[in-house]
Amino acid sequence: MKTSEQVIDEILTLAATHFKTDRAELSPDDDFFKKLGIDSLQALELLTRLENHFSVELPDYEVAGVTDFRTLAERIQARL
Amino acid sequence: MIDLSQHQSLGSALRGAVDKFAGEICLIEADRERENHRLTYREFGEAALPLAKFLQNRGFRADSRAAIIMTNQSCWLIAAYAIFYSGGVIVPLDYKLTASEHLALLMHSKAEVLITEYHLWRAITQSENFHRFTPHTVIVTDAPANVDLRGAIRWEDPQVEGEPAFVARKRSDWACIVYSSGTGGRPKGCVLTHENYLEQCVSLTSLYPFWPGVRYLSILPTNHAIDFMVGFIGPFVCGATVVHLRTLRPEFVREAFTRFKITYVALVPLILKNLQAGLQKRFDELPPFKRFIFDRLLNLNRAMTKSQPNLTLSRKLLKQVHDAFGGELRAIFTGGAFSDPQMLQFYYDLGVQVSNGYGLTEAGTAITLNDLKPFRADTVGKPLPGMEVKIVNPDADGIGQVTVRSNTVMSHYLDDPELTAETIVDGWLMTGDLGRFDAMGHLQLFGRAKNMIVTEEGKNVYPEDIEKAFDGLPVKEFCVFAANYIWPERSMLGEKLIIVLRLNEGQELTDELIGDLTKRNNTLLNFKRISGYVVWDADFPRTASMKIKRFALADEMRQNFDRQTALREL
Repeated sequence: MKTSEQVIDEILTLAATHFKTDRAELSPDDDFFKKLGIDSLQALELLTRLENHFSVELPDYEVAGVTDFRTLAERIQARL
Repeated sequence: MIDLSQHQSLGSALRGAVDKFAGEICLIEADRERENHRLTYREFGEAALPLAKFLQNRGFRADSRAAIIMTNQSCWLIAAYAIFYSGGVIVPLDYKLTASEHLALLMHSKAEVLITEYHLWRAITQSENFHRFTPHTVIVTDAPANVDLRGAIRWEDPQVEGEPAFVARKRSDWACIVYSSGTGGRPKGCVLTHENYLEQCVSLTSLYPFWPGVRYLSILPTNHAIDFMVGFIGPFVCGATVVHLRTLRPEFVREAFTRFKITYVALVPLILKNLQAGLQKRFDELPPFKRFIFDRLLNLNRAMTKSQPNLTLSRKLLKQVHDAFGGELRAIFTGGAFSDPQMLQFYYDLGVQVSNGYGLTEAGTAITLNDLKPFRADTVGKPLPGMEVKIVNPDADGIGQVTVRSNTVMSHYLDDPELTAETIVDGWLMTGDLGRFDAMGHLQLFGRAKNMIVTEEGKNVYPEDIEKAFDGLPVKEFCVFAANYIWPERSMLGEKLIIVLRLNEGQELTDELIGDLTKRNNTLLNFKRISGYVVWDADFPRTASMKIKRFALADEMRQNFDRQTALREL
């Protein structure tokens, strides 16, 4: 079972890779829309990448309104 | 298509469709790569009538109001038919609102029944304002086993004996109360009659007909006026099929076009832009020779379709592009937000017909629509049949407020005669949008006279509705505006909200204050956030009852500051 720190770390790494950003620039409490400069559809694309990585399936409503990496990690962790 | 002139209500028209097209497929529901089910019109009716009977047994009758808060799925339409069959009025609410916003609108609408999904119901019951919940009957879909439903009834549970009574309505009776805004301030519940919808349906289907075999992909929320009309009423009265996806992940949306051979879809500009980016990436990745060929075919298609579309030809010339859309796509409708002309041109050059239009909830659905004869990227098309559109108080360039008179214009705002009187003047709906007609009768939009924005996702956001998020900000006073309301621009692209801050005597603008502002801003849903601020050094003008005179404040600011000097990014 992954710890929440591990889940957050892996999310930040995947987000940085997917959107070609410096990993060191990202923090758990960042608003990912703002930090990555993405819209809601790009956020959904990231979510699919994360689902594949963690082998979980999150309904869209589970992440509706989520804007920071930490809360996103909590939602993923709850399904692991 | 059934003959709508023979029907007095949406319930009657849908009942006629269920009878006439009994064996045709009306609904397909899919979730990712799984297909949940598909229903014929007969099965659709069989699913709705027990619910209608159940509601009637609980005292639901003519003019009773039932709210629906659901994502796009079969149950939305089944519930709607059961409500209309029983003579009721639907209150379709946006599932993306917060639980407390749902509670406020449920109370304002006086809905007696709520039909919703389990996760939305759970959020409502956990809201600190749940004690204000008023509907006496709650039905929830998608509820897991063994959970406490707090008095709600599972969608699957109603077991009733006997047939429901069909409750006839007149055309002038209410069909829906649709909220165009007002979640945090003054609710704008547009009361739309059966006449409004039936007239709009005749008008739209005369330009873009549906028939059995046509498949409409329902992506915009069904509570939205566009999807309610072209993703429910329109296809149903013509015997067509509506496809629902339980996820809006771009990859599954793209796949749905080919998997279900989609004929029509309505999209907001944000999704169109996303699809455009995907297509452009594919074009850019073509090897040089293939790219050379592609560019030649694109140019040929552009030349051959200059005066009017030729779908058959475009499908042959640019087969791979059209195959990516399933090969059967006839048109993409877009509206609800302003579309970038360059993006529209991109699709038209590919032979993918994007019909952009203009409308607002108060006017039914659409006011104008591009008929593509010829294609015009710079306009929102011509008025639909039955729509009278007039520009009032035009300036020297002919630009003035767009006003509309039609049988599709709403009856009134619920419980707000004052706002109704301001909005519908001598039978003309004042849209608050600025435009002019060109020589070909096309409407061009140039901005807004009203203090609001429409996002790329088609969401209307009114400053008054989000000010609550900034209550307690340690400044003397503040006020939220649409930037274009203060500094009008002749464009409807890139609209943004800003906050005007009046600091206390001697107060400095510190990083701490900006941090506080940002923190409060982040509590708002993404599309509702402000993106800049202005520091203003005078007290706000106020009415005798201490309300801010927004128009006067905007006027003062405009006279003293230009946008670039005053506005700071947040």
